[in-house]
Amino acid sequence: MKFRFAHESIEINAGLLIGLTLLVISIGGLVEIVPLFYIDETIEEVEGVRPYTPLEQAGRDIYVREGCYTCHSQMIRPFRDELLRYGHYSLAAESQYDHPFQWGSKRTGPDLARVGEKYSNEWHVQHLEAPRSVVPESIMPNYPWLSETALNTSDIEGKLRALKMVGVPYSDTDEEYQANVERFGEEAAKMLDIHSAEKNLIAQAQAGNYDGDRSNLTEMDAMVAYLQLLGTLVDFSKYDEGYFAEFR
Amino acid sequence: MAHEAVAADSQYNYDIIKRFAVMALVWGILGMFAGTYIAAELAFPFLNFDTPAITFGRLRPVHTTLVIFGFGGSALFATSYYVVQRTCQTPLSSNMLAGFTFWGWQASVLLGVLGYVNGYTQGREYAEFVWPIDLLITVTWVAYFYVYVTTLMRRSQPHIYVANWFYMSFILATAILHIVNNLAVPVSMFSLQSYSAFSGVQDAMTQWWYGHNAVGFFLTAAFLGMMYYFVPKQAGRPVYSYRLSIVHFWALAFLYMWVGAHHLHWTALPDWTSSLAATFSILLLMPSWGGMINGIMTLSGAWDKLRTDPIMLFLITSLAFYGMSTFEGPMMSLKSVNALSHYTDWTIGHVHSGTLGWVAMISFGSFYHMIPRLWDTRLWSKKLVYTHFWLATIGIVLYITAMWISGIGQGLMLRAFDDYGNLAYTFIESVSFMHVPLVTRMLGGIFFVAGILIMAFNVFMTIRTAKREQVEIEAKIAAKMAKVGA
Repeated sequence: MKFRFAHESIEINAGLLIGLTLLVISIGGLVEIVPLFYIDETIEEVEGVRPYTPLEQAGRDIYVREGCYTCHSQMIRPFRDELLRYGHYSLAAESQYDHPFQWGSKRTGPDLARVGEKYSNEWHVQHLEAPRSVVPESIMPNYPWLSETALNTSDIEGKLRALKMVGVPYSDTDEEYQANVERFGEEAAKMLDIHSAEKNLIAQAQAGNYDGDRSNLTEMDAMVAYLQLLGTLVDFSKYDEGYFAEFR
Repeated sequence: MAHEAVAADSQYNYDIIKRFAVMALVWGILGMFAGTYIAAELAFPFLNFDTPAITFGRLRPVHTTLVIFGFGGSALFATSYYVVQRTCQTPLSSNMLAGFTFWGWQASVLLGVLGYVNGYTQGREYAEFVWPIDLLITVTWVAYFYVYVTTLMRRSQPHIYVANWFYMSFILATAILHIVNNLAVPVSMFSLQSYSAFSGVQDAMTQWWYGHNAVGFFLTAAFLGMMYYFVPKQAGRPVYSYRLSIVHFWALAFLYMWVGAHHLHWTALPDWTSSLAATFSILLLMPSWGGMINGIMTLSGAWDKLRTDPIMLFLITSLAFYGMSTFEGPMMSLKSVNALSHYTDWTIGHVHSGTLGWVAMISFGSFYHMIPRLWDTRLWSKKLVYTHFWLATIGIVLYITAMWISGIGQGLMLRAFDDYGNLAYTFIESVSFMHVPLVTRMLGGIFFVAGILIMAFNVFMTIRTAKREQVEIEAKIAAKMAKVGA
């Protein structure tokens, strides 16, 4: 009887009901989310991971725009079959500059976390334009417009600035540039300089010739540049087996 | 006290409920059609027609947004405004603000899906709305909260009925989840693009804390609110156990918020987080089944209604599906099961046994109960309610069976090894294997869409009849008045 009496006071008081509900629903999220920002082991210590170059970031934006994450994951799990099929399991460090994360939740197509450098640029272009021309049983849509649409480069500086605001170390000042040189090496640091973002983007597309056509800069260039980078930044031969398990 | 009990229907704001109810059906038809279409695209990829706007990747958020926020959201606005007025025996506190929630919500859904087909998305599942729409949703939600709470305050009963607790927790939780998960920095004031405030592992955790509680509070707690009003009403009996409703309400509200990370088993999320989520997922079985038992047992002593009342069939079947999917969920959150089920169609099947079986079926049942009362008439056809019920049920069974086959099948194929320890199948072989289940799933979708189309027709005829009756009555009254005058 005492229990019923106590609960009745909640049932007749809207403010109390709201207050207690808020308290009860807040706990789970606080306990599980907040520590992830403070526990150092959450993200592995590993060399090689750097923010995306302007061209790669532009490609990533197209990846998000087309909803690739609805069919492709970017998160390899620590199982033998996934090791054989895709490679070393994904590290938290490898997506530390991903805003938003694109781990995905469904593999209608294969995982893409380490697709970089597995196929040639030509293969990617043909596969994106007409997947069934290289994989007859594929159920992926054709993306012919990627090769036909010029890449918008005018807003790339704004994009990097926004990313800097959420914590990606693109450099705005000389000091930040020097810090990047120390952290990522000179070559990478140059690519992370906000002021030369558009110039760097065009130069990388020219040099990489990702869509096989140097005469124009298309969304295909950016997309293939992004795909070819995925999962290639960490050299796993440098680390002992079991090193990364310490962080899990 | 007598005056409280006779609060006339006419003083309630039914207009806003009617509008939300009609829009729920409109979005439901469009969203379920979009779902069936993308199901067809997976079975027959030529249906993408090389057209950016209708490729799978862009249409999939159109489907999820239309059915969750368009159909589900509008159904919740409609029923919550109905339930809060009737159980508190007071009209809504502000018709103007309630009207604003209508336009704010409909505009958000419409602009959201127009954005997706044109490539404007945040790339976060079930939270794809771009930032200006997120702001519009926030403002709309604050207005909703205000209308709901101030109406509760004006109740002419000392008690707040249990259905309102659930609706209230849904409004509060959705506000918290929506705001935290959509924290982002826009590229510029005039750009629709933004970048999430969090990255990588923290972003994943935040997103799935949001994602699973969209299921937990939007698609479960709120629909339990619906259940706690419409099941006892339709059965003509009180809720089975008041004490059970108290216990399972607090347990559900507390436990759900912990379980999101079971979407991230075996990923780069630290083990402690996903283990915690798995533990709470298993605990969650208890309050879930508490709700199911409380709903189904409300019918005890009136089981014969299942033979005579198709609306009761909808309500009770929805609770059965709720029980089934809240059993399947904890099972899939076990790490060993999840290793197989994750990334496969099994998850898709599980979601749909919850959304089609529980969310849609309880909404259909509640609407069949509520709509004749809103328009002060009777349902146009009871037979069509039966037809709808069977089409929907067959559709769900086809759907989830097909997804079990393709999901478990693919999971087993991808982890199979030959005698030499090599992978037994390539990825694309598993895709070929899934063709037949994918076609079957599409057929299930067609059944379900056919069902809601029949419902829409039945509702349309009901409203038309109601209006005709109204005109006849008015004509009669006018004639009488004229006679008296003469």
